[in-house]
Amino acid sequence: MLLEKHQELITELLSRYPVKRSALLPLLNLAQREEGYVSEAAMKEIAKILDLTPPQVYETATFYTMLNLKPIGKFHIQICKSIMCGLVGSDDLIQWLQNRLGIRVGQTTGDRLFTLSAVECLGSCGTAPMMQINDDYYEQLTAEKVGRVLEDLRREGTSPLKSGPFMFPQPAGSR
Amino acid sequence: MPQYEKILLKNMEQPGYSGSLQDYERTGGYQALRKVLKGISPADVTDIVKNSGLRGRGGAGFPTGVKWSFVPKDHPGPKYLCCNADESEPGTFKDRQLMERDPHQLLEGMVLTCYAIGAQTGYIYIRGEFRLGATILERAIEEAKQAGYIGQNVLGSGLTANIYVHAGAGAYICGEETALLESLEGKRGMPRFKPPFPATHGLYQQPTVVNNVETLANIPHIVTRGAEWFASIGAPPRSTGTRIFCLSGHVKWPGNYEVPMGITFRELIFENGGGMRSDSKKLKGIIPGGASAAFFTEEHLDVKLDFESVAQAGSMLGSGGVTVMEEGTSMVWAAMRLMEFFYHESCGKCTPCREGSSWLLQTLQRIWARRGRAEDLDMLLDLCKNIEGRTICAFGDAEVAPVVSTLRYWRNEYEELIREAEVTRPAKGEIPVFTH
Repeated sequence: MLLEKHQELITELLSRYPVKRSALLPLLNLAQREEGYVSEAAMKEIAKILDLTPPQVYETATFYTMLNLKPIGKFHIQICKSIMCGLVGSDDLIQWLQNRLGIRVGQTTGDRLFTLSAVECLGSCGTAPMMQINDDYYEQLTAEKVGRVLEDLRREGTSPLKSGPFMFPQPAGSR
Repeated sequence: MPQYEKILLKNMEQPGYSGSLQDYERTGGYQALRKVLKGISPADVTDIVKNSGLRGRGGAGFPTGVKWSFVPKDHPGPKYLCCNADESEPGTFKDRQLMERDPHQLLEGMVLTCYAIGAQTGYIYIRGEFRLGATILERAIEEAKQAGYIGQNVLGSGLTANIYVHAGAGAYICGEETALLESLEGKRGMPRFKPPFPATHGLYQQPTVVNNVETLANIPHIVTRGAEWFASIGAPPRSTGTRIFCLSGHVKWPGNYEVPMGITFRELIFENGGGMRSDSKKLKGIIPGGASAAFFTEEHLDVKLDFESVAQAGSMLGSGGVTVMEEGTSMVWAAMRLMEFFYHESCGKCTPCREGSSWLLQTLQRIWARRGRAEDLDMLLDLCKNIEGRTICAFGDAEVAPVVSTLRYWRNEYEELIREAEVTRPAKGEIPVFTH
């Protein structure tokens, strides 16, 4: 059903590479955007599109941490726990999030709204601590700010606190 | 804050600069490409870059022009350019800014590089988490295509340079150039054995150049302003040009600072970064070049930030991620946190790295949990000795660096924790087992 829905995009993706298999990660990413995770059905379909065997798709998918092979909550909170964020308080934030959501790292809330993961460096150490929720980055976090983000997501499905194009430090004068 | 002439961050720091094609052209964008297409041969472009002394900004610091010159000129098949935008080295966040704020600077660099090495296709391998960056790049590619800077017959010159964005899916190791190629081929991102090198057998076994975002972004400026100009900046002859250092940790103003290579850590941290975040706490440790680099102490503050000086002092300039730690930070904790990262990201291909990272992490966790034993410290060093230099890629060397260097400078902290363990150890000699 990926192919049905995204025929044009998939044809375009395939045209980028001389070898079909190269489109595997883009297609897995696409499947995940579609359903929130990469289902077995999707992997089988991708195998067919790329002339691979399903195990070839599966063995590749298991290597990459961003690909969820099981269903997760609507909002995937990935909070950075690497040392740079750890130095400025990410551990406290993780604890705070666990308490607020009533789940442990790796779990999903009962209403299937939030899944909490603690992940390795997401490349915004200058604005630590930080987290990513679905596609968006949230930086320079405090417990108060995270609370507002959670409220926004619950109510609106999106939050104005997410980061735009990265610029840090801000140009002179604005600091 | 001292002011240096910026090259890469100059445009984006102009008020109102959006990174659009229009903005980029207004600041002289794509003039380098026009100049080259008017009659500078690919070999001459390579020479200009060689003479500029530009070295790779991703971590290894290999001379860029030399890398290009390894690509066989008479190769009958296709050649490829890969831009390494898989910025995942903890402490590094410069490529993200370069891509999100000034995407055309990178694209122009890529088209110029395609021209120099004779590649018709360039892939930007961007880490999957950078969704915003990927979207911005896709948009910029579309703009550049409309304007004739990218695609078939660039500016009517007959040059073909197609550029595509390829998003990864969360694997640090894909920043290693051969793992990047494997991943781009749709496989598990495990490094290849070298030689053969990518320059002759890279993507799809064709000649391939893999360059970091910051490296490629420098190319248009070098072509426009000349090799001599670039070679006069920084700490010539071995470390030329500017470098974007990513300052993080316990400093007042963390962020990206583009400075000429050769300034000292002291200047970077105290003059640019505003010093320590808390005036009452002194600096204790520095990670000088991303998580893979050995730690420095306050005694190294006057070391110069260029490839040679940092290497001579026992670490590496690496990816340019400088992390500062204040007094009171436990260095055992720091080493353990870094090891958690390496344990998680080891691709599992080579036994010393796969098993070793797990052993190192478990031993560090044991010491941190006040359950260490006196012999643990020698065991850590012994493990490190059996990992370093025994793996296919540089990951093995990287993962031992934090352990060896913290043991060198702060062995007393390890010993202190082990002494605590002696006191609190249950009489029967319980051996705790840690599982992840």
